Amino acid sequence: MIKEIVIKAEGLTKRFGDFIAVNKISFNVEKGEIFGFLGANGAGKTTAMRMLCGLSIPSSGKAAVAGFDVYKQTENIKQNIGYMSQKFSLYEDLTVKENIRFYAGIYGMGRASAKEKMNNLLVQLKMSNEENNLVKSLPLGWKQKLAFSVAILHQPKIVFLDEPTGGVDPVTRREFWNLIYDAAEKGITVFVTTHYMDEAEYCNRVSIMVDGVIEALDTPSNLKKNYKAASMDEVFLQLARGAKRSSD
Amino acid sequence: MMIAITVKNIVKTYGTKKETITALDDISFEVNGGELFGIIGPDGAGKTSLFRILTTLLLPKGGTASVDGFDVVKDYKQVRNRVGYMPGRFSLYQDLSVEENLEFFATIFNTSIQENYNLIKEIYVQIEPFKKRRAGKLSGGMKQKLALCCALIHKPSVLFLDEPTTGVDAVSRKEFWDMLQNLKKQGITILVSTPYMDEAALCDRVALIQLGKIMSIDTPQEIVKSFKGQLWAIRSTKMYALLKDLKQYEGTISCNSFGEFHHLLLKDDANEKELLTYLNQQQHTGIELKKTAPVIEDCFMQLMNKN
Repeated sequence: MIKEIVIKAEGLTKRFGDFIAVNKISFNVEKGEIFGFLGANGAGKTTAMRMLCGLSIPSSGKAAVAGFDVYKQTENIKQNIGYMSQKFSLYEDLTVKENIRFYAGIYGMGRASAKEKMNNLLVQLKMSNEENNLVKSLPLGWKQKLAFSVAILHQPKIVFLDEPTGGVDPVTRREFWNLIYDAAEKGITVFVTTHYMDEAEYCNRVSIMVDGVIEALDTPSNLKKNYKAASMDEVFLQLARGAKRSSD
Repeated sequence: MMIAITVKNIVKTYGTKKETITALDDISFEVNGGELFGIIGPDGAGKTSLFRILTTLLLPKGGTASVDGFDVVKDYKQVRNRVGYMPGRFSLYQDLSVEENLEFFATIFNTSIQENYNLIKEIYVQIEPFKKRRAGKLSGGMKQKLALCCALIHKPSVLFLDEPTTGVDAVSRKEFWDMLQNLKKQGITILVSTPYMDEAALCDRVALIQLGKIMSIDTPQEIVKSFKGQLWAIRSTKMYALLKDLKQYEGTISCNSFGEFHHLLLKDDANEKELLTYLNQQQHTGIELKKTAPVIEDCFMQLMNKN
């Protein structure tokens, strides 16, 4: 069986003047895969992710996301992906309901389908009693779950998660990963960055970027084998220690 | 031994009468002179409120606290002369150069860079090649080093570091902790907060904090020892299915994913053999089950569930 490829990058490059932020990276991500995108601060992760999300036009190289070209079809890409980061995802001053309605609107859902989706989601998250509360009054764990659910409300092919669990308590962090697994089981491809090395173990495959280049890409168990390391933490330290750049 | 920080029944609330949020709920602890003390907890635990009270930037609603023997409310001026504070958010002057920032902080404390240079030397040499660069143009790691230098330049007796490693990659985090160990050798008391549970092991003592309450205070070794029950590490070929089935199992107290293994705590009357039979019935293959020692994160979750 040939697996469907949902992200395909070939020699993808981004230059800012003389500085090569992302240097000819190539990789494929399969449908339903949980793909960990790791790297030290300044390795080029954010720049790479912005290109894949259609927010930044590459300097050279090729890439297709959900079958759409990152140069010419950025609007199609945006419609077919979800995005969530720890720093920003929900509007704190809007209620739970308003946030859901807002995102449904942005992704062009009709009023009837948005309403149905919203009600299903509120039941599923057991948040029906909270629907008229401001998001800022919710406990962090609930916010995380809501943010993730909203990011996949329009059933995107791929969801990009940029450090979704930073600063989150250990129980909520694990609950969040259960949501990721559930989404992947439903066929949504998950592209995730994290600084928690135990979370790298939860990915099907992991890439590690160093100074703009993908230095390693494999399953966590193969990476540990190849680098003769006991944990992903050790693999990461071995690779990232050689890094010359450091920036945010 | 001299006590560097005393916190007694500190309470801090925010909001209006109608809607009150308790950030710190009757917190008490002491930090010894020269100790590297960690406040370990997630976002919203109350870490920043505590740091701001101890550095005299915020008034508590109840309770008392002192730093170096000086009350943080009454003697706030003395406290300010004695503490170095590195807030979670980068708060140096972005438009001043590296050197100018450092000079500014030295001057407001009536000292000079030269006078206490030996204290910051090891850290400062790493950013010295960029001393003419504006702070706003520095990389994340360099900003962090400059902020630490600025917090140290007046030779504080107590250093407060609020989440210095949040959002920082594993390599830079390790480097930062090495710097702290070196500062500790120079006799500075350090109070540091972090949401990364693995950093607890690098502290002399830690307080585990959640929702404004301290759940445990001890050395990392003792906290791990106080974990209740025998912990098992388990894996199979299908980890998520395994997690779900283990949570359903009647003999399970708790099961949490932990990197390549799940950590499983069984009830007293449950046993290995029955567990394996159950998992075979659920068609799990490639099962590996072994005893394991808990880490701080296991303890944190056990304490969270208890409260």
